[in-house]
Amino acid sequence: MQETMIARAAALLADGTVNRVLGWKKGEFVYDITPAVFTSEEELKSDFVYDDFCGNNLSKYLIKESRKEGKVLAFLKPCDTYSFNQLIKEHRILRDNVYIVGIPCDGKISTEKMKAAAEGIVDVQVDGETLHVDTLYGQKDVSRTDVLAERCVSCKSKKHVAYDELIGEDGEVLESNRFDMVAKLEAMTPDERFAFWRNELSRCIRCNACRNVCPACSCEKCVFDNDASGIANKAAADSFEENMFHIIRAFHVAGRCTDCGECSRVCPQQIPLHLLNRKFIKDIDELYGEYQAGEDTESRAPLTNYKMDDVEPSIVYQRGGK
Amino acid sequence: MKKLSLSQLPALFAAIAEKETLYLPVDAEGGARFERFTEGKTLTGELNTVRSAKDFFFPQTENLAEFKMEGKNIEVIDPRTETEDFVVFGVRACDARSFSILDKVFLVDPVDTYYKNRREHGTIVSLACTRPHETCFCQTFGIDATDPEGDVTAWKTDDAIYFEAKTEKGDRLLANLSDLIEEADDTAVKEQKEAVKKVMDRLPLKSLTTEGFGGDVMMEKFNAPEWKSLSEACLGCGTCTFVCPTCQCYDIRDFNTGHGIKRFRCWDSCMYSDFTKMAHGNPRTSQLERFRQRFMHKLVYFPANNEGEFGCVGCGRCLAKCPISMNIVKVMRTLGGKKA
Repeated sequence: MQETMIARAAALLADGTVNRVLGWKKGEFVYDITPAVFTSEEELKSDFVYDDFCGNNLSKYLIKESRKEGKVLAFLKPCDTYSFNQLIKEHRILRDNVYIVGIPCDGKISTEKMKAAAEGIVDVQVDGETLHVDTLYGQKDVSRTDVLAERCVSCKSKKHVAYDELIGEDGEVLESNRFDMVAKLEAMTPDERFAFWRNELSRCIRCNACRNVCPACSCEKCVFDNDASGIANKAAADSFEENMFHIIRAFHVAGRCTDCGECSRVCPQQIPLHLLNRKFIKDIDELYGEYQAGEDTESRAPLTNYKMDDVEPSIVYQRGGK
Repeated sequence: MKKLSLSQLPALFAAIAEKETLYLPVDAEGGARFERFTEGKTLTGELNTVRSAKDFFFPQTENLAEFKMEGKNIEVIDPRTETEDFVVFGVRACDARSFSILDKVFLVDPVDTYYKNRREHGTIVSLACTRPHETCFCQTFGIDATDPEGDVTAWKTDDAIYFEAKTEKGDRLLANLSDLIEEADDTAVKEQKEAVKKVMDRLPLKSLTTEGFGGDVMMEKFNAPEWKSLSEACLGCGTCTFVCPTCQCYDIRDFNTGHGIKRFRCWDSCMYSDFTKMAHGNPRTSQLERFRQRFMHKLVYFPANNEGEFGCVGCGRCLAKCPISMNIVKVMRTLGGKKA
């Protein structure tokens, strides 16, 4: 796949369709991939990589990239195309300046899970469902399924919802179990749920990685960085504020979050932030009908639309709220 | 050298905790972290904590002063209380070195009395590494992971834990534990050191050097064209700075309580858009400049002001945690070496 992508990118650079390529760059180890822009076949051949560790969603970079001179090629995985579409819908990406090549994805490996499974990783050879891992302390075989990123275990779609061309066959929207954990949280008592989130969010170090990586968080200036807002803070005045940051953010991206899972991938404290967003997605599905953000670029989103049969605020009480 | 059977470790923790507050790294969701010892808590098997040990002396937030308004008077309150004595057990060599780097910032004139207060009351028991990770590169900065700095150094083997006091504070701590620990020779420790050094020799970052960095290459490094590609994908989050044991920049802010002001300081990050923001705006308006600042600080400005000492200890946390896997090692690989 990687070689096909390099060849295609080189061809599109050569015929002038694009003047640069947004992809993934090899790192120091097998897993530390960095998003990067390539401008020549030589650069692509020496540094471009596409493998099981290329988890980064490249869509958000296109906000800036599409404002530069010339057209940029971006390789997008199925779930990345949802983020891309949503950003098109929000008029954040200049579509004409982007050339999308859809690429297949059969799930990405979580480096956190990988490191938990094998200490001191030196090299990884993917052999179907088995990963042969060379470590500082010997060779170890790890099941690929066991170290798949959580968001990939419950993958919602292998279908590309936006592209100029595809490499390989397109996939289908999948039946996903992604709301299972949300259902579990809903089944808890309010006190249990409160305790669950207080515990999870207590680890937050307010690094803002979740916000900064989030394709839905594309404000020019975030309210939490704006001194004039009165709520700008780099650290919490009290521990409850840390919790509020995440809840406010979840509200802000509600109806726009495509469930790409980048927030949880980047959290240095492994807080399952995606669950907050999934709760909103599940609620929107239940209250306004099935809706997948980023599925198209035209439809009106439930929370920015009005229909006569929209649920009334009292639905909260009917669902057991007080 | 002193020795304690591993089975006696809980008793040792209890004995320390009886006299002063004890913190140790324990397993937790999301990775190991330092927690206050209470009965039943055990030492993690993880190599290191997600957050560094700098919190003990330079916490993420702390109140510096309070202002109370009463009529036309403003009362200024110093909220500090004398810190109680505490012991931090199980600090790795990288973090142990980070304290002496932080000292160079906070204990020089004008001395930071908040930091000094904690530093004076803390006793560090460092723990030698036995299973370093691929992301470790403390060797690059001349740190010996098999014999870390600290008030007391500890070595954990399969069946025992060995101690050696390295400062007066360390002597006092071990003297208080004389009922539990016994004299021992250092054969087992020597064997461990040799075995671990063999692992250190085959670490993938063993070849990383500081060559080409330091206080005398300031403009050359500052103007290097490579910063553009290095910083291109940076998200501008603060993960690297907040997990870093040596990042020491902070902001001071006022919190309006409704009837007064709490002035607090909190960690700041040079990656943030409002870092060192002043009346005219921010001196670094692009992410390239902010990104460059972090690495110039560690690899050029800090050594320029501190007799060549670099502001990094090679703990590898930024390597493990950066959302886009851009880090000091990649910067050093790209910009290191002598340039024409």
